[in-house]
Amino acid sequence: MNTSLILLILAIIGIAGYVTGARYSMALVGGISSKLHSRPGYYGSFVAVWAILPAVVILFVWLVASPIYISSSVRGAFPEEVKTQSQAEQGLSYGMITSIARGMNALTGDEIARVENNPVELRAALGAKGVPLAGDPQPFMVKAAAVLNRMTFVSRILMTIVVLAVSIGGAFFAYRQIAPRFRARNRVEKVVLGSLVVASSIAILTTIGIVASMLTEAAHFFTAIPAWEFFFGTVWDPRFAAAGSGGSEGQFGLIPLLLGTLYIGFVAMLFAVPIGLFSAIYMSEYASPKVRSVAKPLLEVLAGIPTIVYGFFALTTVGPFLRDISSQLNGLVTGDYANFIQAQSVLTAGFVMGIMLIPYVSSLSDDIITAVPRALRDGSLGLGATRSETIKKVVLPAALPGIVGALLMTASRAVGETMIVVLAAGVAARLQINPFEPMTTVTVKIVNQLTGDLEFTSPQTLVAFALGITLFAITLCLNIYALYIVRKYREQYE
Amino acid sequence: MTDVVSPAAGISRAKSVRRDIGIKRRYAAERRFRAYGIAALSFGIIFLMLLLWSVVSKGYTAFQQTMITMPVEFSQQIIDPQNERATNPQKLMTANYPVVARNALAKLLNVSVDDRVAARAVGQMLSDGVRVQLRDLVIANPAIIGTTQTVRLLASGDIDSAYKGQIDLDVSQENRKINDQQLGWMTQLSDSGALAKHFNGGIFVNGASSRPEAAGVGVALIGSFYMMLIVLVLALPIGVAASIYLEEFAPKNKFTDLIEVNINNLAAVPSIVYGLLGLAVFVNFMGLPRSASFVGGLVLTLMTLPTIIIATRAALKAVPPSIRAAALGLGASKMQTIFHHVLPLAMPGILTGTIIGLAHALGETAPLLLIGMVAFVANYPTTPLDPSTALPVQIYMWANEAERAFVERTSGAIIILLLFLILMNVGAILLRRRFERRW
Repeated sequence: MNTSLILLILAIIGIAGYVTGARYSMALVGGISSKLHSRPGYYGSFVAVWAILPAVVILFVWLVASPIYISSSVRGAFPEEVKTQSQAEQGLSYGMITSIARGMNALTGDEIARVENNPVELRAALGAKGVPLAGDPQPFMVKAAAVLNRMTFVSRILMTIVVLAVSIGGAFFAYRQIAPRFRARNRVEKVVLGSLVVASSIAILTTIGIVASMLTEAAHFFTAIPAWEFFFGTVWDPRFAAAGSGGSEGQFGLIPLLLGTLYIGFVAMLFAVPIGLFSAIYMSEYASPKVRSVAKPLLEVLAGIPTIVYGFFALTTVGPFLRDISSQLNGLVTGDYANFIQAQSVLTAGFVMGIMLIPYVSSLSDDIITAVPRALRDGSLGLGATRSETIKKVVLPAALPGIVGALLMTASRAVGETMIVVLAAGVAARLQINPFEPMTTVTVKIVNQLTGDLEFTSPQTLVAFALGITLFAITLCLNIYALYIVRKYREQYE
Repeated sequence: MTDVVSPAAGISRAKSVRRDIGIKRRYAAERRFRAYGIAALSFGIIFLMLLLWSVVSKGYTAFQQTMITMPVEFSQQIIDPQNERATNPQKLMTANYPVVARNALAKLLNVSVDDRVAARAVGQMLSDGVRVQLRDLVIANPAIIGTTQTVRLLASGDIDSAYKGQIDLDVSQENRKINDQQLGWMTQLSDSGALAKHFNGGIFVNGASSRPEAAGVGVALIGSFYMMLIVLVLALPIGVAASIYLEEFAPKNKFTDLIEVNINNLAAVPSIVYGLLGLAVFVNFMGLPRSASFVGGLVLTLMTLPTIIIATRAALKAVPPSIRAAALGLGASKMQTIFHHVLPLAMPGILTGTIIGLAHALGETAPLLLIGMVAFVANYPTTPLDPSTALPVQIYMWANEAERAFVERTSGAIIILLLFLILMNVGAILLRRRFERRW
């Protein structure tokens, strides 16, 4: 019986439990619900919870544990000469056994009897059923596959019986507890509260998952490449090795990527900060409600456009435009129509990323500027300052910490942005300062190292996790510092 | 400012001059400052328009496809010369359909198929997709073999580009993908009405293809749909449950603080980091299949959760305490108060936040690249565990294609993506307008 069918049956038992529980509680008090401690639905839910929750927990534990148990016992039964082989080869043999087992399920009993002792025929028979084998199976594999199939089968049957028994037993146990003074509601609410706690701890689990997974993979990387070579290396040349050949290590210097990231982010902020800040000032201090109600959503549309669209815009419109205009300018000045801006360059990526960041800067600083108390403005205006003077000398200084916080948050977004730089910044990891030349970023390299089929154990792949943890650390620091500033600032007025 | 016309007036004016000192300059500064604001705002809006215009102007042609309508003779000679289709069903699958189509077009153009150079040039005018088109026709109804049917076939990508005017015809014919002879045939066909642009349904239903004229976002749409479904099913209940706990039940202690700080930080973690998490935990550790929309859905769920939690908490906070007090006063338990009264009132806000989170997830590309959604998938995935791709990833893959015709496809796919996003956001706005209450 497969898992989804079991789940379906559990759901049916649960519903049945709910209905009988609710009915039974009403029957106990002769239909006068005020004599019950809880409303009838709670008695029903109590039964349903007992019918479903323990059974589902057992089901999932079983589903996780049984393959581990079966695999270890099958591997334990390998012949001695196989056991002496390396872990990787044993893994290959086990993979072959699982595919033989899968294929044998598709064969009929007669066919199995015929091919069992004939590896070549077995391979052909399995191939005909759509299960290709990598090599001729050895006799021990066929036996192991049969064991595997039998164990899986027994485990399935046992699991079905146990889970259904627990479900029905749970429902029966809960049903027996129902009495007019039984506090069903309190019990059910405890379960609900428990599930709320579990749900909210998923956020913690995610963070733990991010940090733990990246740290372990990065630790693997640092066993192959020393940490100081990664963090202080100035050459990025990972040199993709062919699978299994090994030997060529390549160089994994973080510095060119980090500088590229910061440079592109800086150019982006150069565009985004003045434009976003002035838009925010105009919208919060000058614009009539009508203009504001049109302009603010329009700017926010910019934030809703997926970054891949910006990347495409940079790749097909902005990049070629900058390239062409640079060649025209060069032609006008020197007569040589060679472009000095590359289509993929720091400027292209930074400019388009700047457009993407405008709405973040503007909406964050808009909130902060609006939060500056009215009295400060009125005081300044009353003393005869013009509006712009009020803004420059009173409002902005008061809002400064908040704005700095907002800019830090925006900067963290610029650092972590991926799709625009993947399409517009280029892939060459170079250390240079010309904004018209391509540079590359940490995120681009993470994508480059992890797309395509790669061994998961080579430093070429694992370096992506070292890059990832660096990126995570940078954005985390920026955000925590920004939150700290924003919170500290807020306290002044509240 | 200082026009000293008469000395008598000079005295009184001198006073006012002192009082007005710098006022013009200050007002000029005021106007400048204001102009900066307007300029900045218009700059942002102009670039929004520019971006949309560049996508739409490049992409609207993707919804039309050049096709050739012509009588095709399903010759027994070519499809099944030995008449063995009754015994060998494979025969109809592997028959030489491109030749059938080429011969039909050559006949229409009065070109002899014995002239091999000309015949090849004729064949190049048709898409490689005609093989599948004709095969499906024949397999659906083998009786048409031996008859002549009028069929609408896809023209090749180059003909399509040329017919839409995207190929520069001033370039000498060696340097462009379509030669003068083919161009002449194209004009001849279009004058006779055989060659025309038709609505391109293929872009919505076809899977990946290396031929731009036969490529579509069908697989990507299904993959994205599965992912959105998984995000909705997982992220909405978990997010709402987490917010209810944090907003209504959580005691003020270190643990709650930790969760709060965590959620705020998770909302700002770069999306690519979630891709790394998905690769390491779901694919590598748990052994879930790569390229599956299930894994993509899980990654996007984790990514969307903070957004939904933040929106839900804001919605719960907006429900006035009087509602809670009234329910508690009438004897409802805390749980009943929240689930029967507070939550329904907060629902519009929660759903709005959820839709915005979903829209965000729909456009997300970077984490999906890492878990192997960059896959060439031509067949529809039947379950979320099958290899699939997603709409933004399909855009990324097409953006990297070298062929000119793919630029049009990419823009077309972006238009489809943006339409979905607009639809979702408009839905969110309508929801908010319709149900939002001011307390």
